Amino acid sequence: MNSLYYQKRLSRNIGDKFFTSLSVICALIAILPLIFLVTYILIKGGSQITPELFTLEPNPPGDDLDAGGINPALIGTLIITTIASIIAIPVGVGGGIYLAEYSKGGVFSRFIRFGVNVLAGVPSIIAGVFIYALVVSTKILFGSMYSGLAGGMALSILMLPTVIKTTDEGLKLVPNELRYASLGVGASMYTTILKVTLPSAFRSIATGVVLGIARAAGETAPLIFTALFSYYYITGFGDLFYEMGSLAVLIYNFALEPYDAQNKLAWAASFILVLSILSVNIFSRVLAAFTEKTKRV
Amino acid sequence: MEEKLTLFKNRKRFGIEKNIDIIFKNTALVLSSFVAIILLGIILVVFFQSFESFSRYGLKFLVTSEWNPVKDEYGAFTAIYGTLVTSFLSLLITIPLGVGTAIFITEDFVPKVFREIIGSFVELLAAIPSVVLGLWAIFVMEPSFRAFFVFLHNFFGWIPLFSTEPTGRNSFLAILILVVMLLPIVTSISRDSLNQVPKKLRNAAYGIGASRWKTIFSVILPAALSGIMAGVLLALGRAMGETMAVTMIIGNSNAFSWSLLSPGYTISSMLANQFGEADGSQVSSLFYAAFVLMILSLVVNIFAQWLVKKFSLKY
Repeated sequence: MNSLYYQKRLSRNIGDKFFTSLSVICALIAILPLIFLVTYILIKGGSQITPELFTLEPNPPGDDLDAGGINPALIGTLIITTIASIIAIPVGVGGGIYLAEYSKGGVFSRFIRFGVNVLAGVPSIIAGVFIYALVVSTKILFGSMYSGLAGGMALSILMLPTVIKTTDEGLKLVPNELRYASLGVGASMYTTILKVTLPSAFRSIATGVVLGIARAAGETAPLIFTALFSYYYITGFGDLFYEMGSLAVLIYNFALEPYDAQNKLAWAASFILVLSILSVNIFSRVLAAFTEKTKRV
Repeated sequence: MEEKLTLFKNRKRFGIEKNIDIIFKNTALVLSSFVAIILLGIILVVFFQSFESFSRYGLKFLVTSEWNPVKDEYGAFTAIYGTLVTSFLSLLITIPLGVGTAIFITEDFVPKVFREIIGSFVELLAAIPSVVLGLWAIFVMEPSFRAFFVFLHNFFGWIPLFSTEPTGRNSFLAILILVVMLLPIVTSISRDSLNQVPKKLRNAAYGIGASRWKTIFSVILPAALSGIMAGVLLALGRAMGETMAVTMIIGNSNAFSWSLLSPGYTISSMLANQFGEADGSQVSSLFYAAFVLMILSLVVNIFAQWLVKKFSLKY
């Protein structure tokens, strides 16, 4: 009769308690430092934010008490990520369209899908090394060596797998009935894709692409010897062909400076970078959850 | 009859539209083959750039640790050893933590809302740029771990791994920051594969009287093992290629040491440090090191993909 009740002393129950607490401890060890890290970055970086930060050039490291601002790096990050998007989005979306709409699961498409996964696993610094060998050291871009353009090309290599994957998977989720209906009323393949399937997969593709851009904006390794760094304002179109600063490289360079003023600038840049990346991520998550809910209704 | 035939003939598309269709398809085909072109391009370019160094040092490059641009002597053993040690040791710490956290998220110890918040929080952390983690490691982690390292050295100094006096940045800190970076990957992939285990397996185990953890260890974990393994391998590839955070905290010294408490080097941190200022045969040697790194991560990645395909869940 007693055996019908929960018995604390049974070895299986003791073991269960033990492992349950072990997994709770694992979760705590995993989560607490991470919470600490994010709040520290946001508080420490947020306290350095001033209006001048967004308008001034950084002063060259030295004993200056005033480090200046991060305007060139901020604009540089925007430009370099835009260049990367201009290259990676058309190529990636086009490639994804081929994989999802045209390929019939043959050797070629399997090889490309495999290649996409492998390219996603290539270390980011290798992308920098590749562009250095291809563009920077050969001076192929009208004789310029280190340039914002080269940096954008290196970043686009990192974005490409993400864009192809999200396009491929987004299009695969579009129900086949839509395609049949469109082809059935006499639309050609490209009209079907451009007018029917792409628009209905637009939101999931856009989410993936935006997350890819956010990730690329924080990448440093591909930029340190392609775009290098610059202390000066970006004034015109021609600056694309010269060294260009970015928030990520600014953080790297100034974190290693022995001067406090530069370190503070690095914290401020981290704050802006982390805040924008996190808000893009959270926004897309909320959007995805919201659309899922409305679909169910 | 005559009328029907003309109707049939007119059902052809206009030439222009047909051509657009063909052009569209071929453009998409060309764009998708860009992936293969870039991938092969990376491998070929890095290989050919490293050729000079490869033919001069051969495989000796992999086992010597001389790195002397003045004497033109190059060997990447320290960096290769550093890459392997930091990535494997960090993975050793990450696997139990990450899988434990994933089990915590997929079991019903706490209400679903909390589990979802924890899960998405962990995933958000994967989005934090590694250079920011490096900054944090320099200014927060290094000072707060100093006392711990002194303790390690004083009490466990007889173990070669802790045999040097701790002086600021070292390989151990690099391992710890790698753990922070890998944790989100291992946790989220393990969580996904644990979630994919069908509910009826769990119910069957409960039905024949297995306790919760007996079920987890003998039914759920084995069923999810391939996915977890693939996640671990992906994390390994990421750890080997990780550059910024490691470069900022590992101390960047090419002097070989068994000790984790002395400054070290990894292939990627060597590239990040020296590539900008290198010239002559040093560039070629750096390309050689990059080639080694690429092969390492390619092997790990391809193995991970093979594992997923071979052992994916068959329920």
